[in-house]
Amino acid sequence: MTTPNFALGALAQLRSRAARILLSSTFRLALLYVFLLGISVAILLGFIYWSTAGYMDRQTTATIQAEIRGLAEQYRQRGLSGLTKVISERVARDPVGFNVYLLVDERLERVVGNLDRWPSDVPDVDGWISFRLREWGLARAEEHAARAQVFKLRGGLHLLVGRDVRDLEATRTIILDALTWGLAITAALALLGSWLMSASLVRRLESINQISAEIMEGDLSRRISATGSGDDFDQLASGLNRMLERIEALMASVRQVSDNIAHDLRTPLTRLRNTLELLRAELPQSGKAHALAEETIADTDEMLTTFNALLRIARIESGSRRAAFQPVDLAPLVADLVELYEPVAAERGQRLDASAPESAWIFGDPDLLFQALTNLVDNAIKYTQPGGEISVVVVAGAGRVRIEVADNGPGIASALHDQVFRRFFRADDSRSTPGSGLGLSLVQAVVQLHRATIALSDNRPGLRVALGFGLAQPPKSGGETSIVSG
Amino acid sequence: MRILLVEDDRQMADYLHKALAEAGAVVDQTSDGREGLLLAASGDYDVLILDRMLPGLDGLGIVRTLRASGNQTPVLFLSALGDVDDRVEGLRAGGDDYLIKPFAFSELQARVEALLRRGSAEAPETRLRVADLEMDLLKREVSRAGVQIQLQPREFRLLECLMRHAGQVVTRTMLLEQVWDYHFDPQTNVIDVHISRLRGKIDKDFALPLLNTVRGAGYMLRAE
Repeated sequence: MTTPNFALGALAQLRSRAARILLSSTFRLALLYVFLLGISVAILLGFIYWSTAGYMDRQTTATIQAEIRGLAEQYRQRGLSGLTKVISERVARDPVGFNVYLLVDERLERVVGNLDRWPSDVPDVDGWISFRLREWGLARAEEHAARAQVFKLRGGLHLLVGRDVRDLEATRTIILDALTWGLAITAALALLGSWLMSASLVRRLESINQISAEIMEGDLSRRISATGSGDDFDQLASGLNRMLERIEALMASVRQVSDNIAHDLRTPLTRLRNTLELLRAELPQSGKAHALAEETIADTDEMLTTFNALLRIARIESGSRRAAFQPVDLAPLVADLVELYEPVAAERGQRLDASAPESAWIFGDPDLLFQALTNLVDNAIKYTQPGGEISVVVVAGAGRVRIEVADNGPGIASALHDQVFRRFFRADDSRSTPGSGLGLSLVQAVVQLHRATIALSDNRPGLRVALGFGLAQPPKSGGETSIVSG
Repeated sequence: MRILLVEDDRQMADYLHKALAEAGAVVDQTSDGREGLLLAASGDYDVLILDRMLPGLDGLGIVRTLRASGNQTPVLFLSALGDVDDRVEGLRAGGDDYLIKPFAFSELQARVEALLRRGSAEAPETRLRVADLEMDLLKREVSRAGVQIQLQPREFRLLECLMRHAGQVVTRTMLLEQVWDYHFDPQTNVIDVHISRLRGKIDKDFALPLLNTVRGAGYMLRAE
């Protein structure tokens, strides 16, 4: 396998993982939470804005109104000269120019005040006006926002009293900035948090999914691992594990019953067969009774074969033979298989071809592997019409070895692909063909013993059975393997 | 032909006793392992048929003790334990053949006869001959009536096995065990097809067929 392929694979894996997280229910819930949290934060910040900037605003208004009331009082008591004097005094007391005053005559010419000219902005109904205030600073002119109320005095005079609201503006900007950034940071943190949370949940759920898939593939001994924290996932895991134990126990007991039946019936059946053999020996060879005895012996043999197959599958499933696993080269094994079955296929006018690399080592039991492949090839030959083609292909690569047994016979409907491994399963149209319905069950038992995979697919036309094994290291010295063919 | 049968399944033992006696053997029978060992060590038997699981002393124990004392009487194990490991264990202990229950009597008979033959002649042979069929084991050549016959390696081994047991019934299972190196259970008549191919090569052009089918048992190579 080349590195770019690997990188591509990793990228695709990463992408699918991200997609899984984005699609996960936790992430969606978290998004909803982020949305609600955003609204709450916005309301909170809105309130802060209203209570600070709004307060300053109201304060300004109150100050201006108080000043206006004072000036109006002066004007009432001391006339124009008094008003002018008070304004001049106040302007003099405020060199920075926070307070703005302007008294103009009917031609809008300045009478007194610290404003050059009457602003061109239009006041609202209450006489409030917002305008830009140009102030000559040290080097350049600065513009500030100002707020003022305008009045018409008797005698065509207009009075403007206002305040430079630059502080208010600045505060407002700061608060608005804080509000925006606060919202953005809140959203980002909440998104990150929900991603992390979802990722961890998705990981744990995925491990459960993964193990469920393995269990579905037939490894009932798998259990879901718990973190030991006793959280709800641990509880789920232990609940599922208890369920699995129960299922396993039930399946074991069902199997045990059938194995016991097979075992207990085998002995009397053997005796029956022995007695029949004695009987046959007593009967004259040419008579009808002799033929009947022979027929009965053949039937008994068939029953014994079925029981033996059942018991054999049970022994394989018990897994005890794994202890004797050794490196096995599939290439000579498949060559032997084809050599064994080629005459059988030829007799039916079929072609049996094989292709295999120079060597393909896996770790396993050569006798059982040979048996499993025998069953597959046997089936292919049995169910394929005369003149058909059967192929056995071994492909090794990327740490895996795949063996495919394919034919161009009638195949098996894909709806039945899952059922064929069941004990005694027989497709309806194959009931007339001899066989016990245990061949593929045995193949599956061998496959599971080797922790391998088996997949049936449509060969268009025909059936293709693919077995997948993990590639093993060839043994250091070739002499130890027991499957050297002669 | 004297046979010692050590088997604790009463009915099986009686049946085998009867069938072996009918086939012309003198049979001593016991169901206890220790007694079996005493009989085997003192008696003069041609073949021992031992069940693996016995009260007192099991079949493996009997064979180990006999072999340790230099007794080389051929031993055929009978066992309900049919795994390859069980088999290997039985053969390593000194057994000569291993038969898994249930079996047809013809299978047992064929194997007992093979063991008897093995006991008598163990000299390494380089040439095998049945009537006008000859096999040179060194040159790996086969000829019939002086005419060379081309055989595939596996066909050669098949014929060799049959020739070594010439005049005896060789069962399909025996052929599978001795000619193919896998212990497996073919579902169809694979062996029959190979035999018929072999027959086509050694018998086809000759008046006298050598390779005969024994109904219900197996095959036999014989001249008459």
